[in-house]
Amino acid sequence: MIASTVIEGGEATLAETILRVVSLSDYNTRIVVLATTMLGVASGLIGSFMLLRKRALMGDALSHAALPGIALAFLIAPLFRLDGKSLGVLLFGAAATGLMGMGAILMIHRWTKIKEDAAMAMVLSVFFGAGLSLLGVIQKTTTGHAAGLESFIFGKTASIIASDAWLIAAVAMISILTLGLLWKELVLLCFDQPMAVTLGYPTLLLDAVLMAVVVLVTMVGLQAVGLVLIIALLVIPAAAARFWSSRMLTVTWIAALLGATSCLIGAQLSGIFPHLPSGAVIVLVATFFFVLSLFFGGENGLVTAMIRRSRLARRLDRRHVLRGIYECLEQGAPRRLDRELAQYNPYAGVLLSDLQATRSWSGRRMRRELRHCEAEGLLEVEGQTVVLTAAGWAEAARLTHEHRLWELFLISYADVAPSKVDRDADRIEHVLEPAMIAELERLLQKSESDGAVMPSPHEIGATLEPAGPSATTVVEGH
Amino acid sequence: MNSPLAVPLCVTDLTVAYHRKPVIWDVELEITPGTLVGVVGPNGAGKSTLLKACLGLVPLASGRIRFFGGSYRDNRHRVGYVPQRESVDWDFPVSAIEVVAMGMYREIGWCRPVRQRHLDRAAEALDRVGIGEFGDRQISQLSGGQQQRTFLARALVQNADLYLMDEPFAAVDAATEQAIVELLRQMKDQGKTAVVIHHDLQTVPDYFDHVILLNMRVVAAGPTEEVFTQDNLQKTYGGRLTLLDQATEAMRRRGLGSRAIGTTAEGPQT
Repeated sequence: MIASTVIEGGEATLAETILRVVSLSDYNTRIVVLATTMLGVASGLIGSFMLLRKRALMGDALSHAALPGIALAFLIAPLFRLDGKSLGVLLFGAAATGLMGMGAILMIHRWTKIKEDAAMAMVLSVFFGAGLSLLGVIQKTTTGHAAGLESFIFGKTASIIASDAWLIAAVAMISILTLGLLWKELVLLCFDQPMAVTLGYPTLLLDAVLMAVVVLVTMVGLQAVGLVLIIALLVIPAAAARFWSSRMLTVTWIAALLGATSCLIGAQLSGIFPHLPSGAVIVLVATFFFVLSLFFGGENGLVTAMIRRSRLARRLDRRHVLRGIYECLEQGAPRRLDRELAQYNPYAGVLLSDLQATRSWSGRRMRRELRHCEAEGLLEVEGQTVVLTAAGWAEAARLTHEHRLWELFLISYADVAPSKVDRDADRIEHVLEPAMIAELERLLQKSESDGAVMPSPHEIGATLEPAGPSATTVVEGH
Repeated sequence: MNSPLAVPLCVTDLTVAYHRKPVIWDVELEITPGTLVGVVGPNGAGKSTLLKACLGLVPLASGRIRFFGGSYRDNRHRVGYVPQRESVDWDFPVSAIEVVAMGMYREIGWCRPVRQRHLDRAAEALDRVGIGEFGDRQISQLSGGQQQRTFLARALVQNADLYLMDEPFAAVDAATEQAIVELLRQMKDQGKTAVVIHHDLQTVPDYFDHVILLNMRVVAAGPTEEVFTQDNLQKTYGGRLTLLDQATEAMRRRGLGSRAIGTTAEGPQT
């Protein structure tokens, strides 16, 4: 019977295998995929707490220390008339030595001068080494019988059967319930442990609960992902989720979702390519999602941040162009003051070369920004001069007003030297919100509605070569 | 109100050691109710340790702490703690209002969610410290002063009678400093007591009714105008205490535990 399935499998084409795995038509595939997906949910959930508790490596030490337990359980089980290959027995052994390893780390850290990371590295490798030696012993003494134990090292999803799936489901349920019920207590523990202590929470107990869930998830994950890589399943989805949100609740469910998706796809891939270790495939899929989040995460992703920065730079350039034009007009003012309106003539044009002299930017950058502003209908470029539209004039006046408010505030309240004010104001004014502008106006008792924009509190163009104000502007008759 | 019940904090014989090296020795304190108390001393004088020891955050080598005449366990709802700003990870994915709501967790009870009325109260506390509009911000998006105010709001919602604050004025802007001072005075008017670790000696007489000069032991404690003298400051910050420091270091190196030092310090009294 076994032989016949092998022959069948051998004859199936790749396309058929893919269809069979993806459509979940096969009972075994269904079990495997469902079980690993639930494992992904559980590990994503608990992983985000571990990351925030800064205990990420604890899971690694725990899983490596589990190997000798698996081997010992296999060796000792027959003495108690138990089946040495039943998952329950093996995982019990794994949990036992795993916890011993964790205890060893805590003791070394507490009673010696050795730091936690060094203690972890030692315990992790010593236990793993012991486990490998025991596996070697088993292989020598019980020929062929022990095949399958190595699958705990790199994971073999194909070996998951229905009872294992139930075990994983139970663990997933326990983690969801525990985290749901103790949500705010555990968040507090991770965020501010001393605060939890002063509020009277039993923090040791809470920590123990958190670690217990980690132990459970790690143990049931050993079979599917393997002890070398289970830590990746705990850490990577949680780390990736942080790029998508700054809310604990959202981070946690995104981590669960990413964990589930990685496991789902990973398990199916290892169904299609049975020679690949499933742990590695799952971790690679998870890493793919991590890289995706790293770049495109909606909250902290690198590309998102870059777009945000370039938008800010654009906004600053826009401010600089409009204010530059305003200041050019203002400097050439005496000749063009429209006496009836008691305002500067907004329909005057400014030479591009003069505008460029107000800023230390390249002509290309300025022209690009002028094009943007032109598209917005704020100004018109005619040959070598630029003329503001009515809307552009209003916007330029508003921006200059805000800039000068802030400058004045810096001079009068923050003891900034007037000569430095222009640069400092530039840096900060883009964060000014309407409420703050109102507050500044109240504080400085200046308001745009009082009439014209107030004069600059410092010499304009003091930092650049003055280009003779009379020559700087061209009057456009209208 | 002179009954022992009214004394918000009474410390007797307190000695604390880190890794067998004593950090504070033989501290005796009695905080007068309804006062603002400044704790002043050089770096490494054990100011933070003193507060933490009172709250049971570090183990005591010896000593007895009484809050309102009882144990801390029985009176913790009457005590609010504002830790140093650096004590937490500000990249943690929570918003300011969620941090403030943490002050109410005991009141909300185990396993129950934070409800709208709790969030309303948290928002009110944020308003009181002047950052009501930043409640929804993730905490790393707040300035240093705003983070400090968030911590204060968290203590406020606890509605305690005694507040222990660890350097609330450290690295905050002038506006925040003024807001905190204003808040402290409001608390005092409501009959509350605050013990505040403070660094800026110049403002001590302005801000505090009482002052505790600490340098591993209490150099002087009492009403500011009596205790905050040039002479006492010299004793606290001056070179005279370095001898004590050297003695401690020598003992630690010889492997004598804090217990040995503790008994020496307690010797004459027992």
